[in-house]
Amino acid sequence: MTIHAQQRFDSLIEADERIEPDDWMPEEYRQTLVRQIAQHAHSEIIGMQPEGAWISRAPSLHRKAILIAKVQDEAGHGLYLYGAAESLGTTRAELLDRLHTRRQKYSSIFNYPTPTWADVGAIGWLVDGAAIANQVPLCRCSFGPYGRAMVRICKEESFHQRQGFQILLRLTEGTAEQKQMAQEALNRWWWPSVMMFGPPDSESVHNARNMAWGIKRFTNDELRQGFVDMTVPQAELLGLTIPDPELRWNDERGHYDFGEPDWEEFARMVRGEGDLPEQRLRVRREAHENGAWVREAAAAYAARQRQAA
Amino acid sequence: MNTVADPLLAHVLRHGDRALVLSQRLGQWITHAPELEEDMALANISLDLLGQARHLYTYAGELEGQGHDEDHFAYWRTSTEFLNPLLVEQPNGDFAHTMIRQVLHDHAALLYWQSMTTSRDQTLAALAVRARNETEFHLRHCRGWVVRLGDGTDESHRRAQAGLDALWPYAEELITAPADDAALRSDGLIGDDIADAWRADVAATMAEATLTLPVGVTAQSGGWTGHHSEHLEGLLQELQEVASAFPGAKW
Repeated sequence: MTIHAQQRFDSLIEADERIEPDDWMPEEYRQTLVRQIAQHAHSEIIGMQPEGAWISRAPSLHRKAILIAKVQDEAGHGLYLYGAAESLGTTRAELLDRLHTRRQKYSSIFNYPTPTWADVGAIGWLVDGAAIANQVPLCRCSFGPYGRAMVRICKEESFHQRQGFQILLRLTEGTAEQKQMAQEALNRWWWPSVMMFGPPDSESVHNARNMAWGIKRFTNDELRQGFVDMTVPQAELLGLTIPDPELRWNDERGHYDFGEPDWEEFARMVRGEGDLPEQRLRVRREAHENGAWVREAAAAYAARQRQAA
Repeated sequence: MNTVADPLLAHVLRHGDRALVLSQRLGQWITHAPELEEDMALANISLDLLGQARHLYTYAGELEGQGHDEDHFAYWRTSTEFLNPLLVEQPNGDFAHTMIRQVLHDHAALLYWQSMTTSRDQTLAALAVRARNETEFHLRHCRGWVVRLGDGTDESHRRAQAGLDALWPYAEELITAPADDAALRSDGLIGDDIADAWRADVAATMAEATLTLPVGVTAQSGGWTGHHSEHLEGLLQELQEVASAFPGAKW
């Protein structure tokens, strides 16, 4: 039975077809996906915080409207992704509990501060740009519900990236002060974005297995290179300088060469050191705890309605 | 206080300010809501209200004829120039408080926009159709919550009743038309009085939610003419913080 099921799983993977929730799958495959999808979902909802904090202060009504729509999309992404994870047998409540008790992580990119309006632009342009580079291949993820969720998410992310770019474009066309604000935001967000693809391939522990399973389609370094190649011309269009003295076009490789990120800092961010990770989780936990009586009331009301029916 | 001489312009600004200030309040909930679905719903209502405000401000700029765009009215006026009713500037409080504020508002807004669909003013009549449809959804959502909370657990009932008690003094102002609306009404520019219908609708909602309407409360008013509670100043400071630091900048 299990041998037969394993063979079927292997042949589906081999044929690059989709595994669906009711199909047999190796326990490790399931757990890897639950962890990855949950971390992705957590990142969406934690990522609402740094941008959400700017909704109230957005400097024009047009920008405010776009930002509300973007943050709303992120809540929606969280919902699809928790839904995809639930199809593997772990409830949203359990996954949120793992986030709140630090048993699961979210992307450490959201542990960087967003001190100015330009940071909202930089997050859209760079962080969402890196997310797209990471996520487009996930649309072909071997696990069906995740791949399908990613198709919709990627469409919305490309709108998010454009809005970030537009914010910065307006700033770079503006006063000297606005342009400086944009450059400083790029300085803050460039290296963290480059590091979003994870450690170098030489140190990435799950690369090979996840590629064999069709969960991952490109290595961290391949994705990172694609992001740099895509972003450099956009920075030139904005008239901003990427803070990397080693950045230059390599004719032979047909790619940009670039410097080595500070992996020590990356490790510190992944460990969640500093005040900001604590604050992000506190906001999340407080929202959840303060909402407990609301959820209880909804459940009590629904139960009474069912009884009456 | 209100220094807008043209009654139609004052009317348009009142409702633009009502929508913007409430949108700003609801935006403050995002990432703090009791469920992810509610983050989305509150963001959605906030966004719709913002859209209504933007249309109204753009029209106000046309009526005023001084070349002001929508952002002028949101970012470059002081709190005493804002003409929103007091209810919408009240702080969010807990979720029950916010839902009570919203349901009192949405009952009035739905009747208001319905009445405006027959305005002789083509711009307002067209906006009214869209805004009415949006408000129907908002009301359905928030009314559902008020009923669930009022008739949910002891705690949710207590919180909903506390919200109603706290906000009721600001409710009547929603349906008390400012003096200069009278001329607009006789010209067919704005619709019928909504006060009686609003009272009946609110009473029905609160009855279904097993909540008790407060009696013998002194009604607060003044918002429609620019006399505000202390809460508006802080709200506007935040809203205008970045824009006002960069006068003349484009975003």
